[in-house]
Amino acid sequence: MTDFPPPLSREESLALGKRRRGRNIAMLIALLAVSALFYAISMVKMHAQIGGAG
Amino acid sequence: MQAHSDAMAISDVGGDSLSPLVGSSTTGSNSTARDWLMMLKPRVVLLVVFTGLAGLLVAPGHINPVLGFAAMLCIALGAGASGAINMWFDRDIDAVMKRTAKRPIPAGRIAPDDALGYGVFLAVASVIMMGLATNWFAAMLLTGSIFYYVVIYTMWLKRRTPQNIVIGGAAGAFPPLIGWAAVTGSLSVMPLILFGMIFMWTPPHFWSLSLWAHEDYKRAGVPMLPVVAGAKETRRQIMLYTIAMVPFTLLPWYLGYSGPVYGVSALLLGLWFLFDAWRVYTDKQDATGVSLTGDKPAKTCFKYSILYLFALFGAVYVDWAVR
Repeated sequence: MTDFPPPLSREESLALGKRRRGRNIAMLIALLAVSALFYAISMVKMHAQIGGAG
Repeated sequence: MQAHSDAMAISDVGGDSLSPLVGSSTTGSNSTARDWLMMLKPRVVLLVVFTGLAGLLVAPGHINPVLGFAAMLCIALGAGASGAINMWFDRDIDAVMKRTAKRPIPAGRIAPDDALGYGVFLAVASVIMMGLATNWFAAMLLTGSIFYYVVIYTMWLKRRTPQNIVIGGAAGAFPPLIGWAAVTGSLSVMPLILFGMIFMWTPPHFWSLSLWAHEDYKRAGVPMLPVVAGAKETRRQIMLYTIAMVPFTLLPWYLGYSGPVYGVSALLLGLWFLFDAWRVYTDKQDATGVSLTGDKPAKTCFKYSILYLFALFGAVYVDWAVR
């Protein structure tokens, strides 16, 4: 049998939602930043290769 | 093995998929973005980045700013990942130490398994990104620094020998090597000197802290020098290491790698450090070396040691900029 945790009060539920939202926003920012960085690294590397070939 | 129960490890698997109205005391749900950031030991990361940047800047050659930024980010992530894995492994002793009891794992906000996964993921990601953005020699050094901190220091030395932070101090000294290698793909004398500077700085820095936090270490069973050899011997060792460190920091000037701006700064900063170490050594104490002044000089020395390293490497920057 599964033991479910006790239900949260409204305040606890709101606080939980706030924490989750904060984590999600942080994750979004991190993913966007990493994407932008990888894009920039790729551009620099490709530019260096084209420059080297030329 | 970890002394505590792994009950917390039955973490928030699926915790976040539960309806917010269904109660959840699972640790993952209690964490905030800040907790995950704190897992990376941001203050340590700041120092690591600062010293790593010195290696990157003074290295001969040129690196594209984007790649340089990526290299610094990888150093930061690698250090942060090491910190997260350290917190995972040390969660039992963190819980009994006042200084660390509020960290996310012992406080129950992040589950140990989640912390380990986070640390390992960031460690692997930082090494791969370093290799792709700069070169694989720098990536290898980054791997070495993570391995050294996690395995050699955290898992092997920390709980076994009072020389833990002497030998383990090398882990924190890697960043200038990595920064240099990111630019040149090799190593030479200057980055090794920068490595040596941090290596020799670590014991007086940590032992100053452990002088006034030794009760914490004692309770946790960590054989820090004051716990094993006593406060008197620790004071003597702080003095000796500082005496050895200060002339060493003058080597870049003496060998012509840095100019007078660095040389004079290093000398003045070092003299101040010696003064602080002397005050620790001569602090009013009982027969066993326990401070009668609430370890005020040790606290001052610890704070100054942080400022010292920032200022010393800041002098490397300034000297490089004006040369």
